[in-house]
Amino acid sequence: MSNRVLMKGNEAFAEAAVQAGCKYFFGYPITPQNEIPEYMSKRLPEVGGVYLQAESEVAGINMIFGAAGTGFRTLISSSSPGISLMSEGISYIAAAELPCVIINVMRGGPGLGGILPAQSDYFQATKGGGHGDYRLLVLAPGSLQEATEFIMMAFDLTEFYRNPVMILTDGFMGQMMEAVEFKKVKLGYDIPDVKEWAVGYMAERGKRTLLKSLSLDPEVLEQHNQKLQKKYRLMEEKEVRFESANVDDAEIVIAAYGTTARIAKSAVKKLRDQGIKAGIIRPQSLYPFPYKPFSELPESVKHVLVVEMSCGQMVEDVELGVSRKVPVSFYGRCGGMAPSVEEIEQAAKKALG
Amino acid sequence: MSFYREMIAAGFGGQGIMLLGQIVAHAAMNEGKNVMWIPSYGPEMRGGTANCSVIVSDGEIASPLVSFPDVLVIMNQPSLTKFVNRLKEGGTLIYNADLVTYDNPRDDINIVKVNANSIALELGNERVANIAVLGVLAEVTDMASADALKETVQEILGAKKAHLLEINMKAFEKGQEVGKQYVAQA
Repeated sequence: MSNRVLMKGNEAFAEAAVQAGCKYFFGYPITPQNEIPEYMSKRLPEVGGVYLQAESEVAGINMIFGAAGTGFRTLISSSSPGISLMSEGISYIAAAELPCVIINVMRGGPGLGGILPAQSDYFQATKGGGHGDYRLLVLAPGSLQEATEFIMMAFDLTEFYRNPVMILTDGFMGQMMEAVEFKKVKLGYDIPDVKEWAVGYMAERGKRTLLKSLSLDPEVLEQHNQKLQKKYRLMEEKEVRFESANVDDAEIVIAAYGTTARIAKSAVKKLRDQGIKAGIIRPQSLYPFPYKPFSELPESVKHVLVVEMSCGQMVEDVELGVSRKVPVSFYGRCGGMAPSVEEIEQAAKKALG
Repeated sequence: MSFYREMIAAGFGGQGIMLLGQIVAHAAMNEGKNVMWIPSYGPEMRGGTANCSVIVSDGEIASPLVSFPDVLVIMNQPSLTKFVNRLKEGGTLIYNADLVTYDNPRDDINIVKVNANSIALELGNERVANIAVLGVLAEVTDMASADALKETVQEILGAKKAHLLEINMKAFEKGQEVGKQYVAQA
């Protein structure tokens, strides 16, 4: 109890990164994530790290590309339009198999959109964003406590897979304050020493390292892609994370992640109070997506309702999981609006008919 | 049912509304509760209206959105218009009577008036008006105890602003007097 501190989401994200050993942050301001760079500018010099405000998001992600190549732990954060600008660099980093953690504190889009919370970057985070056959490991925390744990874990995951990891969250989570306790998260994976691949360790390694994303020989590039795909299959095997509650006897299951899952949880409780058997599945990893709980829904489930702060993106993955066994419907608000508990309740009742 | 309280505090930007909410959350956390504070963070600015929501619970806090609060703290007129009908039946409204008039008040809520700016001006610094309101809140709601709230104010002021501790404590106590009077009459 005594180790709990009241912190704003963005600051808690940044502190978790520092405690996970992050040494470099190259950011560019954008609401609603500005407290992350602000906090890092103060905090990183205290731990012998470097904070540098880049001249743009494009520059920032390429600075990360360079810093990640040295084997030091790196973080970059932005909000939706800024992540779009970084997408080319993210594809390069994935291609070069370098570790870095990216935080997207989503706001309403498309375009410059607005500054209020949204979840409309699900496709961008999980299906691409940049070009080429790469994937990001995407984690979607549901509370500030979980966010700190996911961020600490993300630094280990990104080094283990040598692939960028994205924390996909939203303006609510960035701006809210909750009590957090910074706990060391142990993955238990055998993480290879960065000296095996990072630049600057030629003496220890006895040979050079070459970190690049260009590969002009098609056979070599195909092989490289196959190697990347093997990593993604391994992620699909090992990194699926979700939380479910009240599903066993449910007639309706609500699927939601992040802030929306919290609102949905309150709706589930209200529905149960009225005798409607509602349950919830909350994906914590968005890539790899937890298809299994949806393909193995109990017989009692008559309907799945997906709720998002978007016009319907995760709903496509839920549909894949459910594979037409029961109807899937969608309720969403967007542009900075959030679905209320009452709206979700109504949508659930409507779905059940 | 377990303890679950929702509060909205609203006023002009610069009146210390965000801080007031944070102090409540902080104090309740120190008392072992789960807490959540969330600001409205639209294109608000100094002089515009701002609000924050606080949830205090001894269980899990799921939805961070507060639609119908148990406690409403109102520091300016536009905020009263915006929020007063959302206050739960039986809930408590605390408003700053120096800047707010409430005609045809609801009869299904508790209404506590405090001349927060007058109290603060009398003490010599208008900026402690929010702390006077906090003192009222300590007496007329169960969001957090007076002791925990005072300790939090002290903690937030820290060594750097220790010279402001006395005036803040006085403002808090003046607010408590208003709150105690209300409780005695109710």
